[in-house]
Amino acid sequence: MEAPADNYVDALSRLALFADLTHPQLEQVAHSFDEEVFAAGQRVIRQDVTGGGFYVILEGEAHVVIDGTERARLMRGDFFGEISLLTEARPTADVIAATMLRCLIIPDTELKPFLLKQPTVMYRMLQIEARRLRAANAWDG
Amino acid sequence: MGRVDQRPFPPGEYDVVVVGSGPGGLQTAYSLARAGVTRCAVLSRDPAPGGMFRRWPVYQRLISWTKPDAPFEPGTREYEWYDHNSLVGDEPEHQALVRRFMDRAYDVPARGEMEAGLAAFAANVAVRYECEWLTTSRDDNGFVLGTSDGEYRCKVCVFAIGVTDPWTPPIPGLGDAPHYADTRTPEHYRGKSVFIVGKRNSAFELAQGLLPWASRIVLASPRPVQTAVLAFSPLSIRYLSPYMQHVRGGSGSFVVDAAIERVERHADGYRIRASGTTWDGELELDADEVIAATGFRAPVRDLPGIGVALLNDGRMPAQTPYWESVSVPGIYFAGNVMAASAGLRKHGATSSTASVNGFRYNARVLAQHIAEQHFGVARERRELTREEIVPFLVAELAHAPELWVQKGYLARVVDTEGRYRDGGIVPLADYVDRDGGDSVAVAVEYAADGAVTPVVYVRRNGRLAEHALPTHPLHRFDTDEHRRMVEALIS
Repeated sequence: MEAPADNYVDALSRLALFADLTHPQLEQVAHSFDEEVFAAGQRVIRQDVTGGGFYVILEGEAHVVIDGTERARLMRGDFFGEISLLTEARPTADVIAATMLRCLIIPDTELKPFLLKQPTVMYRMLQIEARRLRAANAWDG
Repeated sequence: MGRVDQRPFPPGEYDVVVVGSGPGGLQTAYSLARAGVTRCAVLSRDPAPGGMFRRWPVYQRLISWTKPDAPFEPGTREYEWYDHNSLVGDEPEHQALVRRFMDRAYDVPARGEMEAGLAAFAANVAVRYECEWLTTSRDDNGFVLGTSDGEYRCKVCVFAIGVTDPWTPPIPGLGDAPHYADTRTPEHYRGKSVFIVGKRNSAFELAQGLLPWASRIVLASPRPVQTAVLAFSPLSIRYLSPYMQHVRGGSGSFVVDAAIERVERHADGYRIRASGTTWDGELELDADEVIAATGFRAPVRDLPGIGVALLNDGRMPAQTPYWESVSVPGIYFAGNVMAASAGLRKHGATSSTASVNGFRYNARVLAQHIAEQHFGVARERRELTREEIVPFLVAELAHAPELWVQKGYLARVVDTEGRYRDGGIVPLADYVDRDGGDSVAVAVEYAADGAVTPVVYVRRNGRLAEHALPTHPLHRFDTDEHRRMVEALIS
């Protein structure tokens, strides 16, 4: 059985990405962007198909799958979908819910204005991307 | 001496139980019967059909159009694109019913006209009225619904329960103010200053309705009004005046981006404290009246108790692309509750599922899905010749009301493996995600720049390819160029 639904604003406030936002700013995020829940096994974004947005995991886990092979596992606080939006290209991977998966979704058209208005979120996002890049380079080496 | 109860569907065992007699319940029940699911009980706590339209909108005027006259004859499938309020029937006499009751004062119906159209459709649907669903549990064969009339056992439940429970966010003191659902007649607000919490459909409806009565109107919520979105929304038809007055700095209408911190009731009215969200600072003001136009939640009763997952602060049940609970198989939702199943969200676009024009098609798709998945009733799949496929697909792109209303959300599928067969209208997310054989699907979508665009999906040897075709200034998607392009894609 599912745990009782978390208060949405509280769930957002616990994520590293949004750690610098004030309470009114968090409320604005909560009012502006939808939450979506996926069943285990459901696809969230699709390799080579347009669509999707910027997803932040509030609860649950997801697989990143490229050409049918699992490449990474994502969990609470992780985000995905941004590479496709930033490069204006179709997603290069499937992201599939591994468990029941609860996400915040920023639609593709709204990510840029949101990040420009919330530079602290953009900076935290860059830090996380930098860590991912370093890990990927270490793995390649 | 009690009277003999002549209502249909006494308590007992059924294949499917549909709860609700609003447009979602009526369309689902009608379509289930035609999909071959005959042991289906339809229950409603109301005394008559119509659901929310028996009461709302508060100020009695809808925002979705029905054009009494259009380039296509009422009763045809093509006409449905011009009529966003009638339910969809399989026979011409069940079609285009709302226009019959409209007096042509507006191109959008009054509440009573909408209710009359739904009642006319309901004449074709048996419903057990005044039978209230109260409890839900599981048993070995499915579900047990406890109602005011007794127990119903079924394999599948469809809850078409509306999004009708007033919802108020946990803001201190806001609970002392009436909700939209308890708004008084406009005369009550004569000469008063009114503070409306919210900036969506219901908030703008109230502001518009109160413009001739209130002395000052302030709308406030954390999220800024998205003018670019609003301009293309059905809301723009009637509710933009308060916003325009705000922008032009006149007439005492204000639209404020602020998180409401506290609402305090005092002898002469209310004091509101708020913090800016798109601006820095605090706001403190007094108002004679406060109305919480903060939306609604689906009245899911005890469904979370059997494991139904919810979202958006518990306001809506989380659903798969076929509107099944993501956590309890066999429980489906219909009507505007389906809006929580968002589809592919291409370029941020959402579906029209929150309104009748969208969910009437979802309900048909749902009925087919339930018939096939749970009761083995195979849908009739019309065979097509090779020559028929391209004209069929471009005609669907040009005129299929399902594709035009549910842009980027519903698709027409043709199976091309072996023989050519119509695969029906399905959720685009289902088509894209299924492990299917060779096939082609078409959808009408918004491109990144907002242009309405025909899109073709081709699945061959397990790989899916997506192709956007050119748009057209008159939205003609059946030109020779489109025909040639579709032909090239499928050969």
